[in-house]
Amino acid sequence: MGVAESDLGKVPHKTAIQLAAEASRGALEDAGLKKSDVDGLFAFGFGRMGAVQFGEYLQIQPRYSDSSMMGGSTPVAFVEHAAAAISAGLCSVALVAYGSTQASDAARRFSGHPEDPRLPNSQYERPFGLPLPLGAYALAATRHMGVYGTTSEQLAEIAVATRQWAQLNPVAMMREPITIEDVLNSRLIASPLHLLDCCLVTDGGGAVVLTPLERARDLKKAPVVVLGTAETHTHQIISQMPDLTVTGAALTGPRAFAMAGLAPSDVDVAEIYDSFTITVLLTLEDLGFCKKGEGGAFVSGQRTAPGGEFPLNTQGGGLSYCHPGVFGIFTLIEGARQLRGECGARQVEDAEVALCHGTGGVLSSSGTAILGRI
Amino acid sequence: MTPTKPLPQPDAESREFWEGVKARQLRLQRCRACRRFRFYPRAVCPHCLSGEFEWVVTAGKGTVYSYTVCYRPAGEAFAADVPYIVALVDLAEGVRLMSNLIGCPPDEAEVGMPVEVVFEDASPDITLYKFRPAAP
Repeated sequence: MGVAESDLGKVPHKTAIQLAAEASRGALEDAGLKKSDVDGLFAFGFGRMGAVQFGEYLQIQPRYSDSSMMGGSTPVAFVEHAAAAISAGLCSVALVAYGSTQASDAARRFSGHPEDPRLPNSQYERPFGLPLPLGAYALAATRHMGVYGTTSEQLAEIAVATRQWAQLNPVAMMREPITIEDVLNSRLIASPLHLLDCCLVTDGGGAVVLTPLERARDLKKAPVVVLGTAETHTHQIISQMPDLTVTGAALTGPRAFAMAGLAPSDVDVAEIYDSFTITVLLTLEDLGFCKKGEGGAFVSGQRTAPGGEFPLNTQGGGLSYCHPGVFGIFTLIEGARQLRGECGARQVEDAEVALCHGTGGVLSSSGTAILGRI
Repeated sequence: MTPTKPLPQPDAESREFWEGVKARQLRLQRCRACRRFRFYPRAVCPHCLSGEFEWVVTAGKGTVYSYTVCYRPAGEAFAADVPYIVALVDLAEGVRLMSNLIGCPPDEAEVGMPVEVVFEDASPDITLYKFRPAAP
């Protein structure tokens, strides 16, 4: 697996597809592969035909092409698609790429993206003024608090620990230390979520290259192995989510662990999409790191911070490192780097198993990839 | 000029539902094959795939499944309303829908509180369903 991110932050002088292309160049260099080796293309977000558009830009004519779009979990799902295609002999070097200039575009308007007025979202949700995607996650947080007694302090623990990791990452956007009080005193946006419960809005891109293990063994870096994967989705709009305290990770976690022949206790480092603090808390429970309803206790006492028992979102996450949308790609990049021991001050000692998890839409889609080293 | 709030545009599957709301009725589809209610309206039952269904007028009573008090509006059109409450309501018939909780101060909203439907005309063509705390 080769991995790279592009320039991050606010990059108004670059386009989204350029950021994806630059990240792809970095990931291929990282893997020790050439553009001409790529025969599988996995991308979306550039116009209506993601991988087709991206193939034109880089002049890659793939044997296998996938423009699936299921939100922020998509790159993790692409790992499963690519592994399946590679196993079936349909391609041998798969390039997964993403890029976005949403910060420069100011695309993240709470009124949401203009949509077909006949879609379920337009008919049954938009008229009531839920700010998206934030409001949907706030509904999940209220429900979790109502059922399990989870507190805003517990959610804030996640933001504070993640910021501590960001302080160890030179390219993280937000590196000033924060306290639980800072989170609780930050502006309420949609109760119970405060400003500091929310991810950043930045530009950026990332790319991952996958190839069969026998080929990877001969490349310039030690292979990172895909041990287990799973994907699913449960709903598209939040009012159709069967249970707002249970995400698709309740399905993808057990399936990915079963494929890998591992258990949650085998995970050395977890990279879990943190669009909002509540996203992390729900996902930790659903993946089986703790029981349903115990996520608040699990993250308390800064257990997920540097030096804590459970290293989580070690690059600083979407909360503090970067968030160009579709953070799933960055969970994979950091997971691979941790397994290779490339993370400097934030390196988790002897990391052998990394769990990467993406969540897309409004807790709508889930993708899990468990990575290991040989 | 303040932008106008987004309104539903009824289509072939939802027209009867929105006509019901305009007539101040909250109507749900019930499958004739498996007898289950569903929301939102759709021509095919998501439980058993039957295409046969009937419309049933609900009592418009339910409980708050969850809610959020919005301090930042979903666009300019909602700016004058903050703070306002968006809620998910579980109807007694067993379906969940999104709406606004009105007539309820933000600090009195609660998961599980009983609510009842009220209707608000949003335009000459469209009426919206909202919920208020149920009369004791």
